[in-house]
Amino acid sequence: MNNSLVVVVLASGVLYGTPLLYAALGEVLAERSGVLNLGVEGMMLMGAVMGFWTVERLSGPTPLVLAASVGVAALAGAVMAAIHAFLVVTLRANQIVSGLALTIFAGAAGLSSYLGNDLHLSGKPPHHQFQEVLPASWQNLPVVGPIIFGQSLLVYASWACVALVALYLTRTRLGLNLRAVGESPAAADAMGVNVSRYRYAHTLVGGAFAGVGGAAFSLSITPQWEDGLTQGAGWIAIALVIFAFWRPTLCLLGAYFFGAFTALPFALQGHGVTIAPELFQTLPYVATIVALVLVSSRAARLRFGAPAALGLPYVREER
Amino acid sequence: MRIERRLRQPWWLAVVVPVVSIAGAFVLSGLVLLLTGYPPLRSFHRLFDAAFIANGALSDTVVAGTPLAFTGLAAAVAFRMNIFNIGGEGQLYAGAITGATVGLLMAGTPSPLVFAGMIAAGAAGGALLAAIPAVLRAFFSTNEIITSLMLNYVVALVMEYLIFDSQSYLRDTSSFQGKVFPQGKTLPAEATWSSWTIHGLVLPLGFLLAIVVAALMWVLYSRTRFGFEVQVIGDSARAGRYAGMRTRRKILAVMCLSGAIAGLGGASQTGDFRHQLDPRGLRQANYGYTGIVVAALARYNPFAVVLVALLLGGLTNAGFTLQGADFPAGLVGVIQGLILFCALGGELFVRYRVRFAW
Repeated sequence: MNNSLVVVVLASGVLYGTPLLYAALGEVLAERSGVLNLGVEGMMLMGAVMGFWTVERLSGPTPLVLAASVGVAALAGAVMAAIHAFLVVTLRANQIVSGLALTIFAGAAGLSSYLGNDLHLSGKPPHHQFQEVLPASWQNLPVVGPIIFGQSLLVYASWACVALVALYLTRTRLGLNLRAVGESPAAADAMGVNVSRYRYAHTLVGGAFAGVGGAAFSLSITPQWEDGLTQGAGWIAIALVIFAFWRPTLCLLGAYFFGAFTALPFALQGHGVTIAPELFQTLPYVATIVALVLVSSRAARLRFGAPAALGLPYVREER
Repeated sequence: MRIERRLRQPWWLAVVVPVVSIAGAFVLSGLVLLLTGYPPLRSFHRLFDAAFIANGALSDTVVAGTPLAFTGLAAAVAFRMNIFNIGGEGQLYAGAITGATVGLLMAGTPSPLVFAGMIAAGAAGGALLAAIPAVLRAFFSTNEIITSLMLNYVVALVMEYLIFDSQSYLRDTSSFQGKVFPQGKTLPAEATWSSWTIHGLVLPLGFLLAIVVAALMWVLYSRTRFGFEVQVIGDSARAGRYAGMRTRRKILAVMCLSGAIAGLGGASQTGDFRHQLDPRGLRQANYGYTGIVVAALARYNPFAVVLVALLLGGLTNAGFTLQGADFPAGLVGVIQGLILFCALGGELFVRYRVRFAW
């Protein structure tokens, strides 16, 4: 039963969806503050390379090393996001161009590749990696075994993050302020909220999440370092944020949905069915466009659409 | 410290700021090199030599810069109206697909006709793809940034499907090589675009075409009513509407124009350089995204776009030439990114004045 197509696809959907989930959660936080960061791919790659470097260099018990490397990956992502935040918040630069610049700077032909090369990480076997943590008897349970119990700590931690981010956004004062900053920075400013500080903080935290998402590749999925390891996952994460209408809980569903789409063609091949994986993989992107069109009407946009101030710099003197 | 908007922008700032930005970027990348134990000056010297000075280097730089000029112009055309078409990547692929198809179909026809057919097909392919986000934006007010970005991936995957996973017309299914490893059908000799050599510098047809497009764009935006209206709508859509300008039509026209220019870049890729549909090569190059950066660095000025495309193309070209054990991989991306960061930061000084109050 656990070898049936549906179970295999769902289980690998969770595995492949986890980096998307982390990155998308981070992007939700940044975009809710009004900062569009198209540099997710670059931040993920930096997280992946620095996380893997930590695993290679640090000796000690596996849990500690892994915790440290996730921390380093988060830090690397946050440092990259800080560049973007400085440019778009303080210097009021165009958010699209700055985000793309970040992807070029840190991406597959940029700093992540430079560091991977300079630290001799390419092709090294991992000293530690995330593995299934729950007892084997649980993992052998029908259906839920592989899908829910056969996952690593990174997956369980991501669920906690979803819950935390969702509660933060909807049930705390800070989350309310954050949403005000993203919807109407002028009103938030009048309320006494420091718009720049909120934007900085959430862009940085967003970068940290993207870094952890990258580490999910280099410490769990692949687990290795090679140039451009994330293969465009950062862009899918950006799509996912829209697909999930900027809501963390929907990000969870969407991430596994997108993850399952990546896994399905290969699983079907195992069952002797061949469909062109390329055409199949276009579906998440098409679905995102359709979702975006559906929420384009004025009424739907207010409820489900992008934060109203997304992509716009806030200058107090010019409002 | 106070930051206040400049009421008038001195003309010299538009030149000084980019130059200082580029210099600043090299200082910063020099620091990166120093920190990782490479000699900065020697590395830069080798980079410039391989990009612009060495025998034949400049010709290779033109080859690397041509697609960036197209995607840069495509981005500049749209960004001038505050329409953020970041689908140049996909529109270039679309132009490469249609261009290659027409090039193969027209085998046996005289060369000039084939060129014209490929150019028209490339532009049409790019324009058609750009029409999707354009229609969605004009009639459903759907954000064009995301739709155009998503379409990049759709077209990229379709392109890979055509070569790697189907028996399409564009795939080489007859030659021995093509049977071992999937690749695009090679275009006939008639479809190989001409090039001209001046003092050893090879100028491909595509590059000259890009210069023509740049000139046309300059005329369009500074000498025609259409260009004027586009810029008014870009500055204030509401003012444009009150003045009776047809906003929807402008969105459709500008997006399709932008897509057509990127599509020309795709046709030039197949006609000038690759002579087949090469999905992996096109995807790795990231011409579309780099083009946006080129446009921003050129401050959306068409002639500056061509120059900046040659500069970034030169860096890319040098990166390829110097690839090896003693030259740090990824340095080119780092420098390109830093140039952009500095230019974006420098933009502040063009638009604003920084006052230090004591």
